[in-house]
Amino acid sequence: MKDDLRRDPRKEWIARNRLHPDHQRVLAELGRGAASAEWLGPNGLTRRDPHAVGFIGPSGLKRIDRSGTQQAATASDTRQRGAAVDARKWIDIETPAFVVAVVPDMSAGRLSSQDRDVLGLARRLADADPQRPGAVLAVLFGEHKEDSLGEAGIDRLLHLDDDAFAGYTPEARLAALLAVERQWAPRYWLLPDSALGGADLGRRLAARLGERPATGVWQLNADAGNGGWQCLARGAAGTSDIQRPLPRVVLALAECAEPVYEARHAARPVELAQKLPETLSRIRDMGAVAVDPAGVSLAEAEFILSAGNGVKNWEGYHRAAEVLQATKGASRVAVDDGFMPRDRQVGATGTWVTARVYVAVGISGAIQHLQGIQSCDKVVAINSDGGCDMVKRADLAVLGDASQILEALVALVEQYRQQQQESRDAA
Amino acid sequence: MPHDTNSPTSARKQAHISEQPSVAVLISLGRHPLTGRARRADQDARAVEMALSLGDAQPRLLHAGQLDQDSEAALRAYLGMGFDALELIEQEQGADVIAALSDRLRETAPQLVLTGARAETGEGSGLLPYLLADALGWPIVAGLASIERIEQGEATLLQALPRGQRRRLRVRLPAIVTVDSSAPAARQSAFGPARRGVFEPVAHASVQDAAFAEWRVQPARKRPKRLKIIKATSARDRFKAAAAKAEGGGGQILADVTPEQGAEAIFRLLQEEGVLR
Repeated sequence: MKDDLRRDPRKEWIARNRLHPDHQRVLAELGRGAASAEWLGPNGLTRRDPHAVGFIGPSGLKRIDRSGTQQAATASDTRQRGAAVDARKWIDIETPAFVVAVVPDMSAGRLSSQDRDVLGLARRLADADPQRPGAVLAVLFGEHKEDSLGEAGIDRLLHLDDDAFAGYTPEARLAALLAVERQWAPRYWLLPDSALGGADLGRRLAARLGERPATGVWQLNADAGNGGWQCLARGAAGTSDIQRPLPRVVLALAECAEPVYEARHAARPVELAQKLPETLSRIRDMGAVAVDPAGVSLAEAEFILSAGNGVKNWEGYHRAAEVLQATKGASRVAVDDGFMPRDRQVGATGTWVTARVYVAVGISGAIQHLQGIQSCDKVVAINSDGGCDMVKRADLAVLGDASQILEALVALVEQYRQQQQESRDAA
Repeated sequence: MPHDTNSPTSARKQAHISEQPSVAVLISLGRHPLTGRARRADQDARAVEMALSLGDAQPRLLHAGQLDQDSEAALRAYLGMGFDALELIEQEQGADVIAALSDRLRETAPQLVLTGARAETGEGSGLLPYLLADALGWPIVAGLASIERIEQGEATLLQALPRGQRRRLRVRLPAIVTVDSSAPAARQSAFGPARRGVFEPVAHASVQDAAFAEWRVQPARKRPKRLKIIKATSARDRFKAAAAKAEGGGGQILADVTPEQGAEAIFRLLQEEGVLR
């Protein structure tokens, strides 16, 4: 009411004058802040003020953000969050027409990229007919650390977390898969063709089921003739391609299909109806054998302790690598300065490593070095400079004196080893 | 002359066979990846090497397949590793050798059967040892790095895991074990023993592999490289995706902590990841 009746010509003048020092304040007062960038003109045309877009950034310069995040931030928060959740479709298949069983490797308790590809392949088979979709049943053995299994495309989840499946227990696992076969009779069995994971288990399963599996499958094509599937599989030690109809048991290579991105599946837990029978195992797992970490090639080492320019106490570093049983790596500077041999260099000029855990001691993280550790899962940085790129990349960064931290770590690990030894002796 | 069977050392070896478990090695025809010539298969040769390294027992070689000029030269390369005979079950071209091999193994009943993980010709699916194990009811272990010892009807094996790791297994004999490229490399083949060795023919009817004949086999095509899929909807997101540096995604930074606290945090992470053995 006040706005309608009493106008302040001076304020209106300031609002029109973009160069006036009080311009922003007055605009806000009149309630025409950012919203005034666009209005309906007297002739019904939308008028736009190109100067009114954007905002003044922290450095005092005008910033235009076209991604929409700035606007959305000022808009209501709940709507924003709702939109983020809805972006991926939620799929819950109540009564599947058939079941596609997948046995992911779950190396180190996580879905590997090959597992995701195989799950993507399973989704292609399951979703071929949108009217009658099948369900993807994943059979997981042992503990896992994955909390978003549905996002990989799993509808039903059979989690067999029993001591009988710990370690290398192919016979017990095969018995469990046969129980799955009896209960659900899956139309297809998909396993990753990876050394000692699905490759071993899948061949055992195929031999027991009496099915002739397709191994090394890397492409799946719909068969135009009869609505079935044709697959392309590597044969003869990878030197030939075999085109054949898709059998029931498929062992697939990495990148055989696109993993699932756009949908979230229910991953409903299911149980085996009958208890598994006790199997007499003729293969006993005696546990892992300590291997000399220096003998493992850097490219395939699992755990690397890498040293850079920030390492001053080299004896302490070598001792730490010995105690941790880690493979030694180095940055270019450490190699150039003669502290480490050339074959230990990690990075663009050296080795591209694939370690699961990479501990960088005193490495600032040049872009060439960060390229070399692209495919590492967990990166730990021990550094004195909190602003360096390695700290930004790291999953865990500890700022402080590297030699002291390594010393403390060595003490902890030695204590841990001693405890383990004692408990073993007691047993 | 390590491979001369007439030397006194070999005679001593012969005397110990009765105490040692009998070992058979299944060998196949290899194919050189570049020239395409027939050769001894790499993984099978490694299996032969492992059988020879077992000690006093003289392993027996067993091959099922066609015998012609090419395959004879390749098979003689196995004989050149220190054998004077090779059992040959002659089969027709394109035959399924599983029945022949399983029948022969059942007859001779060796304690341990070694073989390569997969063939270098044909389908090369690596399924044969599994089918044999299923037919004979024996346990099978894949991916062997070495055999530590064989005693009291049990074999202690080292299995090669990815990333250079090893696992110790104990297997009840008789068993089938397969060897891949992580096993020690095979010794050279000597020309003289290869010429002198003989093939011992074993008769068995050959069964045609009908399914394989129906499939289309062509030289391996190069696999297409997977494209990087950018799911950004706006130009700004696309630019950020293209220009982004590698980021850890919300890593934890511990500043102003004592070295002990920092070490504790690292220790916990290492333990969670299971890299401390």
